Amino acid sequence: MATPIVELKDVSKRFVKSLDMAGKLAAKLGANVREETVHAVDRVSLSVAEGEVVGLVGESGCGKSTLGRIVAGILPQTQGEVLYRGQPLSALSGQARVKAALAVQMIFQDPYASLNPRMRVADIIGEAPLYHGLTDKAGEVAYLDETMRRVGLDPAYKKRYPHQFSGGQRQRIGIARALAVKPEFVVCDESVAALDVSIQAQILNLFMELRAALNLTYLFISHDLGVVRHLSDRVVIMYLGRVVEEGNTDDLFANPNHPYTVALLGEIPRLDTRKRVFVPVKGEIPSPLNPPGGCHFHPRCPHAMARCSVEAPVLREIAPGRRAACHLNDAS
Amino acid sequence: MAELDTPFRRFVADFREDKVAVGAAVLFVAIFAAAMACSYISPQNPYDLRQLDIMDGKLPPGKASMDGLVFWLGSDGQGRDMVSAILYGLRTSFLVAVTSGLIAAAVGTSVGLAAAYYGGLVDTLLMRTVDIKLSFPAILIALVLLAVFGQGTGKIVIALVVIQWAYYARTVRASALVERRKEYVEAAQCLALPQRRILFRHILPNCLPPLIVVGTIQIANSIALEATLSFLGVGLPITEPSLGLLIANGFEYILSGVYWISFFPGVALLVTIVSINLVGDRLRDVLNPRLQK
Amino acid sequence: MTLEMTGEATLRVENLQTHFDTKAGTVRAVDGVSFEVRQGQILGLVGESGSGKSVTGFSIMGLVDPPGRIAGGRVLFQGRDIAKMGEEELRQLRGNRIAMIFQDPMMTLNPVLKVETQMIEAVQAHGNVDRRTAWTRARDALGQVGIPSPEERLNSYPHQFSGGMRQRVAIAIALLNKPDLIVADEPTTALDVTIQGQILYEVQKLARETRTALIWITHDLSVVASLADEICVMYAGRIVERGSVDQVLDAPAHPYTAGLIGSVPSRNVKGTKLVQIPGVMPSMLNLPSGCAFRLRCSHADATCEASAPPASGGARQVRCFHPLTEVA
Repeated sequence: MATPIVELKDVSKRFVKSLDMAGKLAAKLGANVREETVHAVDRVSLSVAEGEVVGLVGESGCGKSTLGRIVAGILPQTQGEVLYRGQPLSALSGQARVKAALAVQMIFQDPYASLNPRMRVADIIGEAPLYHGLTDKAGEVAYLDETMRRVGLDPAYKKRYPHQFSGGQRQRIGIARALAVKPEFVVCDESVAALDVSIQAQILNLFMELRAALNLTYLFISHDLGVVRHLSDRVVIMYLGRVVEEGNTDDLFANPNHPYTVALLGEIPRLDTRKRVFVPVKGEIPSPLNPPGGCHFHPRCPHAMARCSVEAPVLREIAPGRRAACHLNDAS
Repeated sequence: MAELDTPFRRFVADFREDKVAVGAAVLFVAIFAAAMACSYISPQNPYDLRQLDIMDGKLPPGKASMDGLVFWLGSDGQGRDMVSAILYGLRTSFLVAVTSGLIAAAVGTSVGLAAAYYGGLVDTLLMRTVDIKLSFPAILIALVLLAVFGQGTGKIVIALVVIQWAYYARTVRASALVERRKEYVEAAQCLALPQRRILFRHILPNCLPPLIVVGTIQIANSIALEATLSFLGVGLPITEPSLGLLIANGFEYILSGVYWISFFPGVALLVTIVSINLVGDRLRDVLNPRLQK
Repeated sequence: MTLEMTGEATLRVENLQTHFDTKAGTVRAVDGVSFEVRQGQILGLVGESGSGKSVTGFSIMGLVDPPGRIAGGRVLFQGRDIAKMGEEELRQLRGNRIAMIFQDPMMTLNPVLKVETQMIEAVQAHGNVDRRTAWTRARDALGQVGIPSPEERLNSYPHQFSGGMRQRVAIAIALLNKPDLIVADEPTTALDVTIQGQILYEVQKLARETRTALIWITHDLSVVASLADEICVMYAGRIVERGSVDQVLDAPAHPYTAGLIGSVPSRNVKGTKLVQIPGVMPSMLNLPSGCAFRLRCSHADATCEASAPPASGGARQVRCFHPLTEVA
C-alpha cells in the first residue's frame, strides 16, 4: 500500500483546566474543586490515503472537531504522532514544516466567525499565497481572480468585506482561502451544517467538483449521516473521544457492527419513512469531563455485559477494511 | 449593496442614527478646532504681558477694554480676556490629554496583547499589576507622582499615562482573548502565517472598537483629572495655565461677585467633557458586538 | 379520514400578513398565509431561513414586537381572532390554551429559579389550584416527557440539565395546562441525532395521547416526514405548497419543493452531483416581480414575471403557474 497522505498514530488530546490561585486556595481549604481534564481525543489512529474521502461522524463532545484541528495543525496533540506522507510533523522544521502545514487546510463551520470582518475578500484569500511566495505582487491579481472563479465567486467582488455576502458565498470565500495555498488535503469541519438546505447542495457539489479537478483528499467531519454517506469512501464513527467503528461507507451503512452505530443510523429521520414510530436510544450523551468507565457507550447500550463497564474494548479488525471496538465481537 | 460599504461607512451610518450624539460630536469638533486654532482666532494672546493692562482687570462680560477690545466673557484680575484665556487653556488641556492618552493606549495595548498572547505566568504577572494599579485612586497616584517629580507639562503627561494605561491593557486583553478563539484566527494559523502577523494584522484590528470607546472616555477623564490637579496647584505650571488653573485663579473673587473668572472656564470644561462622554456612549452602543445587527 | 379531522379547526389562519417597517422599506415577512390545524393533527411548517416560518409562529402566539405588526388577516383560535386580542386576553391564552416551544429552551426557562418554582407558577397563573395539586401536575408533566426521577429533578435549576433534558423541561412546561395548541419552533435543531430521536419519540407519543394540535416549524424536511400529517412549504413569506405528507413528499407540485427534496443527499445516487436549486433566497426588501421563486426556477416564463401565482383552492394547494403535478 502506498504511504498514506496523513496518518495519526495513537493521538490523544487532553484539555486541562487548571486551577487559578483562588481555586488552589479553596482546594486547600477542602472545597470540592479540582483540576478538570477532558480527554477530547483518546488514542485515535487513523490513516487517509491520497484521493480518499473519509467521513468522520459523531455527536457533540465526541472529539471530532478536536481531531480535525489536530490534523490541520491548529491544535497540538498531547500524545502520539501525526505523519504527513510518512514523516512525523514533529521532526519537520523550516521550509519543510511550512510546506506540510500548507498542504493540509481546513474549512470551518461558521461562515461568519471564520472570516476576519475587517479584511477585504482580496486580502482574506490573497494574504497567505503572497506571504508564502506562491504568487508575487505582479501575479497577485490574476492568481486571486482564478482562485475566486474556481469556487464560483465573481472576482469583481474582491474589494468587498465579508458582511456583504450571504452565508453560502461566505463559505465559498473560506474555501477559496484554503485553496489559495494549493493544499492536497482538506479538513471540512461541519462545513455545510450552518447553511440552508438549498445552499448546502451547492456547496457539497462544489466540494465534489474541486476534488475531481484538483485531486484533493478530504477528511469530512459531520454529524449529518446523509451528507457523509453521499460523499465519503470510508466512514469513521467516534463516541466520546474514541473511534468505535470504521469501514467502507456502503459496507458500514448496510451492516453496522457497533451498537452505537446501529443506534445512530436508526435515529436519522428520513424523507421516505412516514409516521415512523421513533425508538429512542436510552440515556444521554455523558459529559466528556466524566465519561463512564470501560466502554463509554455501555450505559446506553442494549447489549451491555458486566465486562463492558470495566474493560474498554479495543478497536480491532472484524472483517477486511472494517474495524470496531465492541466486546460483542469477541463472543462470536 | 454598494461597492464601498466598508466597516467604517457602516459605523458612520450607525452613529448618525442618534441625533444627540451627532450634535455632541459636532460641538466637540468645534471646541477642539477652536482650541487648536486659538493663536489665530482669539482676540488677544493672554500670555503676552505686553497686551495686558492691569487697569482692564475684573471687567464684567460685555465691557470693552481701554483700547476698545470687548471682553465678551469678562476679564480676569490681570486684565486678560476670558475668551482668549479659555481657548488657550483648552488647547493645553487637550494637548496634555491626547498625548497622555496616545502613549497610555500604546503601552496598554502592548501589555494587553502580550498578556492575551503569552498567557500563563506572563498573563498573571501583567494582569495582577493592572489590578494593583486599578485599586489605587487615580488622584492619589497623580498627587504622589507629582509630589515626587514636581510640576511640569511633561510630568503631568507621565502621571496621566501611569494612571491610564491599565484601562487600555485590561480592555485589549479581554477582547484579544475573545478574538483569539474565533475561527478566522484558526484559519490564519492553518495558513502558517507567523504568530506576530496574526496578532497584529488579524487580532489587533478587531480589538480596536472597544479600545476606541475606552480612549474617548479616558480623554474626558484625563481632562477632568488634569483640571483637578491644576486647580489644586500641583498640575501645570503657572506659565501654561489650563482650565483648572483658570478656575482656581477666579476662586478668590467668586464671593465678591466677580463670578465670571471661574464660571466660564468651568462651563467650558463641563461642555467639553459632556460632549466627549456623549460621543463615547454612542460609540459604545455602535461598536458593541452584541448590539450589532 | 378520521372523525375529528372533519371537525372545527383548533386554529385557522386566514390570509395572515405580518409586516416589519424598517428604514429601507416594509418587509412583508408573512404575506398572505392561510392554513388550519385540527385537534390531534401535526402540521409541519417547512422553510429555509428568511421564509417567514418563524414569524408565522410568533404571529400565532401574538408575540410580534415592533417594528413588526400584523397588517392583515385573521388568526382564529377556537373561533376567536388572536390578532385583535388585547395583551391581557393574550396572556390568559398563552401558556394556557396555546403554548410555544423554542429552539433555545432557555427562552422558556428562568435560569435563577428552580424548575419546581417555575412549573408551579405556570400552573397557578392560569387556574385556582393549590400548591400541592400544582406540584403533582408538574411532576406528572416531567414524567410524561421522559425525565427520569421527576421528583428529584423538580428541585434542580435549569443549568443542571443537559441540552436535551432542558428541552424536555420546556416541553413539559408547555404541556402543563393541557393546551389545545402547541407551536414548536425548531425545537430539535440544536440537538444531537440520538437526542433528537428521543424528543421526537416523546412528542409523537404526546400528540397521540393528548390530542393537542401541533405546529412543528422546521427547516428539515426529513423530521417533518416522520412526524407530521400535513406539510406547508414556505418561501419568501408565502405558503407555496400545502398538502398531506405523502402528497407533498411523493409528488411535489411546486418546483421549489421538488428542488428541496431533490437536494437531500439520500435522494441522489451516491457520489454524484446533487440536484441543486440555483441562486440564493432573494432579499425580502427586494423581491422579484411576480413569483418570488422565478429567478431560481427552470420552469419560469413570462407568466411568472407578470403576476404572483394565486393559491389553488382546497386542502392540497400550490402557488405555481406550472405545477409539476396536477393538483385537484
